[in-house]
Amino acid sequence: MIPEIGHFALVLALALGIMQGSVPFYGALRNDSLLMATAVPTAVAQFVFIAISFAALTMCYVGSDFSVVNVFENSHSLKPLIYKISGVWGNHEGSMLLWVLILALFGALVALFGGNLPITLRANVLAVQSWIAVAFMVFILATSNPFMRLAPAPGEGRDLNPLLQDPGLAIHPPLLYVGYVGLSISFSFAIAALIEGRIDAAWARWVRPWTLLAWIFLTLGISMGSYWAYYTLGWGGWWFWDPVENASFMPWLITTALLHSAVVMEKRNALKIWTILLAIMAFSLSLVGTFLVRSGVLTSVHAFATDPSRGVFILALLVLFIGGAFVLFAWRAPLLKQGGLFAPVSREGALVLNNLFLVTACMSVFVGTLYPLALEALTGEKISVGAPFFNATFGPLFLVLLLAVPFGPLLAWKRGDLPGVAQRLMAAAGVALAVMVGCYAVVQGGPVLAPLVVGIAVYVIIGAFTDLAERTGLFRMSPKAALARAAGLPRSAWGTMIAHLALGITLIGIVGETQFGTERIAEMKPGQSIEIGGYDIRFDGMATRPGPNYSDQIARFTVQRGGAVIGEIEPSKRTFPARSTTRTEAALMSRGFSQIYVSLGDPSPGGTIAVRAYHKPLVLLIWLGTIVMVLGGLLSLSDRRLRVGAPKPARSKPVMQPAE
Amino acid sequence: MTRKQRRLILIGSALAVLVLAVGLVLSALKDSIVFFNSPTDVVEKQIAPGARIRLGGLVQQGSIVRGDNLQVRFAVTDGQHTITVAYQGLLPDLFREGQGVVTEGMLEPGGTFRADSVLAKHDENYMPREVAERLKQQGHWRDEESKKAKGSTR
Repeated sequence: MIPEIGHFALVLALALGIMQGSVPFYGALRNDSLLMATAVPTAVAQFVFIAISFAALTMCYVGSDFSVVNVFENSHSLKPLIYKISGVWGNHEGSMLLWVLILALFGALVALFGGNLPITLRANVLAVQSWIAVAFMVFILATSNPFMRLAPAPGEGRDLNPLLQDPGLAIHPPLLYVGYVGLSISFSFAIAALIEGRIDAAWARWVRPWTLLAWIFLTLGISMGSYWAYYTLGWGGWWFWDPVENASFMPWLITTALLHSAVVMEKRNALKIWTILLAIMAFSLSLVGTFLVRSGVLTSVHAFATDPSRGVFILALLVLFIGGAFVLFAWRAPLLKQGGLFAPVSREGALVLNNLFLVTACMSVFVGTLYPLALEALTGEKISVGAPFFNATFGPLFLVLLLAVPFGPLLAWKRGDLPGVAQRLMAAAGVALAVMVGCYAVVQGGPVLAPLVVGIAVYVIIGAFTDLAERTGLFRMSPKAALARAAGLPRSAWGTMIAHLALGITLIGIVGETQFGTERIAEMKPGQSIEIGGYDIRFDGMATRPGPNYSDQIARFTVQRGGAVIGEIEPSKRTFPARSTTRTEAALMSRGFSQIYVSLGDPSPGGTIAVRAYHKPLVLLIWLGTIVMVLGGLLSLSDRRLRVGAPKPARSKPVMQPAE
Repeated sequence: MTRKQRRLILIGSALAVLVLAVGLVLSALKDSIVFFNSPTDVVEKQIAPGARIRLGGLVQQGSIVRGDNLQVRFAVTDGQHTITVAYQGLLPDLFREGQGVVTEGMLEPGGTFRADSVLAKHDENYMPREVAERLKQQGHWRDEESKKAKGSTR
């Protein structure tokens, strides 16, 4: 009964979605406020029905109802509750349901908090949002129905892919989806603006918090996914330039660009068309990402299913939405009036440069991700484009961008003083240079690139502080006055500073891990020890330990430094009988920001075991940096100016005339 | 500065960045791309020793020989040709005889393939896509297995 309720609720949501996509839109055309007003209750009701549908599927999982095909294939009665729940989105059908749930949630939020939006804009935004939801609901109902029944019901399920039975999976996809799908809001706003042929600074102020919210979740999602891969795959890598990772990274890059260009639009009423284009691109790339992951055209950890009918369907949606959006853009964008002028050297100019680099860096990732597919389709030649490609293309572009980062916030709007800013950054550059030389001296003979990148990271961090010092007048006024000014700074200024600082932190982590990390592979007998990164790791022996739906074969190790015991770590081989698979559970030990990472190979009959041990200096800074970045985003989101529901109408803001 | 000049500067810098990016992409595409080959391809294309390639196929039954110090040799086959692979290090969890595998490395003059990485990720139903396609083309694909691979009772 429960699956049928879920199925029926989804069909009802589809019907509501069709209504929401047409009636308010027609109302906006006819300027009929009654018709436009229907958007609000339908958006909320659509969310409620999809939520019922999602809850129904969750109940099937929790109750282990194996008469539902989806539950049978991805669950097991002995699985811990958290993985029963996370199993709902650990498969194709359920994850698509989560996708539309979040889509409808965002629609409902706009409907509820959009009270002070111009009524036609709100009607159009909600209509566009509903078109997307309808398309994906049709996709689910037609090709990937999660409520399909199985008769007779089997007694036991096939269990979830062991790799996915992990706390990381419980949170990583929902975070990422909120990010992906959150971009639909800026997309809907962009399309609505194009339909109306009108756009102003208020539009940017409306779009920015939504984009920022999506960006925050996207950042968290990518970061979580990276950490998950790091500790579950047992290879010690945190970023593989895997197509699926790239699929989430490309929207992130464009969203970051969009956040910056929306600032220009909001403050200076310029870059309107470009901002619209970025909003369309950001969501298009998240659709492309969905296509890459869901269609199974790529091989990767995330390929749950390979069913061509789904791929073709998603491809059709892709063409419809992206193609439609770009056609609309080409047709309507020339109607939008160009706004404020600015000199090339100015805050605006710096933000344009930021956009240029972010977009081209994204393009290079795009080429690397899709080139193998295109080549195979055209010539049949199969190639792999791996990390070396991305390091050689994305790397340099991003490093140049980082050099420019501290300049942006220090330049004045409209017309900036480049030599003046350079002078203010002298301190940062000086410290960075000193660190670079020091680092080079310490690792003499080591990689040349490492000290250089460390230098850039230090420069970015101190550059961010320079911005803060300039704004608060730290070295020009008494500390008390500076403190008072710091308290008075808008939160978005703090957000900018913290997010930029975080870039430097992440970069230091990346350099530490990739350039100064060490790896050892050895076959060990009980009692034997190996040395890595100044630590001695002694193998004590094997033991077995049963788990709920698996059994662990543990290897015990004692970690010592200079003869003193620091602790024990227990990597294991985890066998899941339901799928007769084994997965390696790496063991991690954190020492400050560095980690010792031990993973197991095959035990051999002689009582020895193959061991892969890493010392990863400063590796935790990679993820710490992203967390700090998110904090910056949150601070910026809490800025009064951007508070959802609080923005002032555009008319009350004096329109500044561009200086010529 | 007129509007026109400003626009020129903007377009000029955009082009400069774009040219930089295109240059980087092209040079990287030339240097850092690895072609996928089956054992038959290696024989037919007469791939030269020292060229970096990916070699994929099935691990031949009974071919795994383990040596000291994590040395391992196994044969990769596509049914027509077989190439011996030498590797030192840990093998992935899903590496098994009769299963699909992708290795990356280069041929040695003696005809042995020296791999520096071995990929056999995913669950037991998974077969690297390139391998599955080659095997299908060569008629080695067992239908029963492909149905099981879909993991479906529909």
